Amino acid sequence: MKAAAFDYHVPESVDAAVALLAELGDEAKVLAGGQSLVPVMAMRLGRPEHIVDVNRIEALAGATRSNGTLRVGALTRHRALETDVLIRDSVPLLARAAPHIGHFQIRNRGTVGGSLAHADSAAELPAVAVALDAEIEVRSTRGSRRIRAADFFVSIFMTALEPDELVTAVHLPVWGRGCGFAVAEFARRHGDFALAGAACGVQVDGGRIVRAAVGLIGMGSVPVRARLAEQTLTGADAHEVDLASIGRDAVAALDPPSDTHGSAAYRRHLGAQMTARALGRALAEAQGQERNPGQSQAQAEAGGTA
Amino acid sequence: MTEMDVNLIVNGERCRARVEPRKTLADLLREDLGLTGTHLGCEHGVCGSCTVLLDGLAVRSCLMFGVQADGSEVTSVEGLAGDPESLSLVQRAFQETHGLQCGFCTPGFVISVTAFLEDVPDPTDEQIRDGLSGNLCRCTGYQGIVHAVRLAARLRREERAETSG
Ligand SMILES: Cc1cc2nc3c(=O)[nH]c(=O)nc-3n(C[C@H](O)[C@H](O)[C@H](O)COP(=O)(O)OP(=O)(O)OC[C@H]3O[C@@H](n4cnc5c(N)ncnc54)[C@H](O)[C@@H]3O)c2cc1C
Ligand code: FES
Ligand code: FES
Repeated sequence: MKAAAFDYHVPESVDAAVALLAELGDEAKVLAGGQSLVPVMAMRLGRPEHIVDVNRIEALAGATRSNGTLRVGALTRHRALETDVLIRDSVPLLARAAPHIGHFQIRNRGTVGGSLAHADSAAELPAVAVALDAEIEVRSTRGSRRIRAADFFVSIFMTALEPDELVTAVHLPVWGRGCGFAVAEFARRHGDFALAGAACGVQVDGGRIVRAAVGLIGMGSVPVRARLAEQTLTGADAHEVDLASIGRDAVAALDPPSDTHGSAAYRRHLGAQMTARALGRALAEAQGQERNPGQSQAQAEAGGTA
Repeated sequence: MTEMDVNLIVNGERCRARVEPRKTLADLLREDLGLTGTHLGCEHGVCGSCTVLLDGLAVRSCLMFGVQADGSEVTSVEGLAGDPESLSLVQRAFQETHGLQCGFCTPGFVISVTAFLEDVPDPTDEQIRDGLSGNLCRCTGYQGIVHAVRLAARLRREERAETSG
């Protein structure tokens, strides 16, 4: 279980990093938190000749907010999603998703950009990104571009990223008043990747659902956005939602993997349950917020999302 | 193979090693610095036996290359108590509550618990179990370890109350 030899590069700026990627092409791998790449190298499932360690690029870490958008730098650690007040207040779904990512020791190192680039459909952040219509900002020596999350995840562990491109940030919309967010998942052991899960957001105005986002975890080769469920929810009376039936509809057309951990049918069953559960919590929070808009995020959390 | 110099502070002492970039921080500590208290179980991030504090945060030392720790401060189990003859508060709690049997997993557990109690000084049982989920033990069945964390949390609070009062 030891990685094969490689040349180690530690650029200190984004320009230097993308110059290295342009020069080294697909013989190079970006090293961020290492929580997925190092196991892959240790098991010799991958043996990159060059490692470009981006951990010393300070400009890649941290979040900023402007014009209704939160920009989270690629090197922001999972831990910061739980502890950073700006992130928690701006896009609460990130903070709700983070505790489900492995264990605290993993979250101390693992990064937002690494999780998106790794593109595991059973991971939490890719599902949050598709649910919220996030945009992934990438850079190369050829310039900078933004890729919609829906187009970023191509297939199992495959993204629209070119080998010379570095993920620099993810842009997520900041929702307004009367919102609720929740993540529910089912895993065999605490901290494991989920067998199935859902990341949901709803916004309620005057008792009606005006916006809904449903991202499914572990239900296909890419993170899935349950558009049909979102359409059913949008415009509905927040008190009269049939959560169980929306959960079932959300997964009906999906074909999740079958393996030793669970059959496709079992995963669909779990996916429906988790969708209903997450939506129920999100709705309860949104309704509480609508009734009591002065209530802070922390109070809402203590109240509604055990 | 090009080797690289790594300068780091381990358990309060300045150290230097010359290693291949592919050598993990765990192997650097064990092989180059002779600190074999950090154990390696799985070498791919699952078991937690290699956990160390990196600039105060608990991390898997098998999922970092040693060269990445250049300029950092590392605390391994050998450095928890300050001197080799004594035990830290968390180590004492493990000893008293039978939080270990063979001891293979123990260095990782005591490091993780030390960091956990910094974040959550007065944990509920549910928080304790959540905090322990990143470390595997094949012997104890975890009950003794849960007791150890409860005891350590209490001792720690008492100690802090004494020093402040
Ligand atoms: C025991 C354990 C349990 C885990 N459980 C979960 C879980 O439940 N849910 C979950 O989501 N994850 C889980 N993880 C994985 C963890 O979230 C990783 O942190 C994450 O998947 C990858 O992020 P990283 O920063 O560690 O990336 P790395 O491991 O450094 O890199 C992963 C991949 O992304 C590429 N990459 C990284 N950063 C960039 C960038 N900026 N631009 C371009 N490419 C980049 C790398 O080249 C590599 O191919 C677990 C890991 C472990 C070890
Ligand atoms: S040896 Fe590092 S987690 Fe198992
Ligand atoms: S005491 Fe033997 S593995 Fe934990």
